[in-house]
Amino acid sequence: MRYLLYPGCSAESSALEYKTSTLAVLEALGAEVEELEDWTCCGASVASTMSDLLGVVLPARNLALAEQVSNGRDLLAVCSACYTNFRRTAVAIASQSGLLDTINQALEVEGLAYHGSITARHLMDILANDFSLEAIAARVQRPLTGLAVAPYYGCQTVRPYSPFDDDQRPTLMVGVLEALGATVHSHNREAYCCGTSLLTTKPEVGLQMVGEILEASSPADCIVTVCPMCHMNLDSYQDKVSQLVGRPLRIPVLFLPQLMGLAFGLPESALMFKRHVVSVSPVLARLSES
Amino acid sequence: MATSEVINLTAVKRDPTFVDRLTPAGQLLNRCIQCGTCSASCPSAHAMDLTPRQMWRLVQLGFQDEVLHSKAMWLCSLCYICHVRCPRGIPLTETIVKLKQLALQEGIAEWRESTAFYRAFSDVMRRYGRTKEIELMVRYFLATNPLTALGYAKLGLTLLARGKAHLELPRLGGEGRLDRLFERVAELEERQ
Repeated sequence: MRYLLYPGCSAESSALEYKTSTLAVLEALGAEVEELEDWTCCGASVASTMSDLLGVVLPARNLALAEQVSNGRDLLAVCSACYTNFRRTAVAIASQSGLLDTINQALEVEGLAYHGSITARHLMDILANDFSLEAIAARVQRPLTGLAVAPYYGCQTVRPYSPFDDDQRPTLMVGVLEALGATVHSHNREAYCCGTSLLTTKPEVGLQMVGEILEASSPADCIVTVCPMCHMNLDSYQDKVSQLVGRPLRIPVLFLPQLMGLAFGLPESALMFKRHVVSVSPVLARLSES
Repeated sequence: MATSEVINLTAVKRDPTFVDRLTPAGQLLNRCIQCGTCSASCPSAHAMDLTPRQMWRLVQLGFQDEVLHSKAMWLCSLCYICHVRCPRGIPLTETIVKLKQLALQEGIAEWRESTAFYRAFSDVMRRYGRTKEIELMVRYFLATNPLTALGYAKLGLTLLARGKAHLELPRLGGEGRLDRLFERVAELEERQ
């Protein structure tokens, strides 16, 4: 398995532990991953709000770079917003005649041209579908026995362009978590929205959304997510949410590859739990009990 | 406009071409049967001045000013739940993005706490080619109410201590990483 990695802005800065754990886990599973050089922002939710064309040109710049070096490899996106932007751009190119020409007139100033050959895939899809559950289980050195994990997929991981799971009731994480030996705590906020930038622009509304996810997950020992934006919102705002709901809500939030890395026995240098706002210690303590 | 008000359709200035400006959905919006699935599904509908269902009805009727001045679109977090559940197959979430775009282009003055975020994010992206979270927040708070930054001070310090955020001086002079690409996109859009 060979992939071209597009980390995106968050996994390169605030969520660096997501990138390092992704690379370590894929390597442990025998995959080869190379980071795309000279990548730029996918446009987030902002470029398409500024203009229709900018909203497809910024993702397309990275798709064009990937095309030059892909050699048949898929582009691996770890952030659900980046993933959605790449998929949305592919759908727009396929459905609007002349759009690819216009995109290429813009990319000319960067010395680039895109021919539409790149498939962007989400880390969730790759981890669950490119490796058998037996291969994942075989790599486990420290089974997560007794650890109750609440999956959290977020919204753009599964909709509207994801072909790999149900867009409202996703289940792909279940098999992976069980292969690690964990107990899955299913809940009704797994594909709910984390609030994204509302935490900044309309905090009273965003905090309520985070609160619903934390409450639905709270019987578990930790939440597991596959998007850096979701992680930032769920991990960083627990004090503010606790104030809002009037009682303490505190639950560690891990990225899926961090949890896999823990089960695989990978070192802290790859998992970087010390970067989290909510301490991961209770999870580690729970595992050393069992 | 209060949502319970009775509206005299002949007395209000309306723009029947409003739906056509909302590309790519456009005329698809006329398929809306007002079932309310969007409002029932939306995680922030409770805080909106117009519910999604009400907003789409006003769009169909051409109430451009009422819709573009409303707060509703700025509470959309792009979770796409209305989009995938719409029984008429209307790409609602992407149409909300288009509404935000029109409101920004027309310089609508309300809801500056949201519009300033998009402008600050776009400026940072253009300058550095990538997002820089601290600079984005500083630009945003300076453009809105710097005092609200105090509410984020504790969290900011925690993120700095954990290595999740980094202080660096902004680079204000010289050409931005994506200046030429942004300029070319603007030229191409003007030609269309």
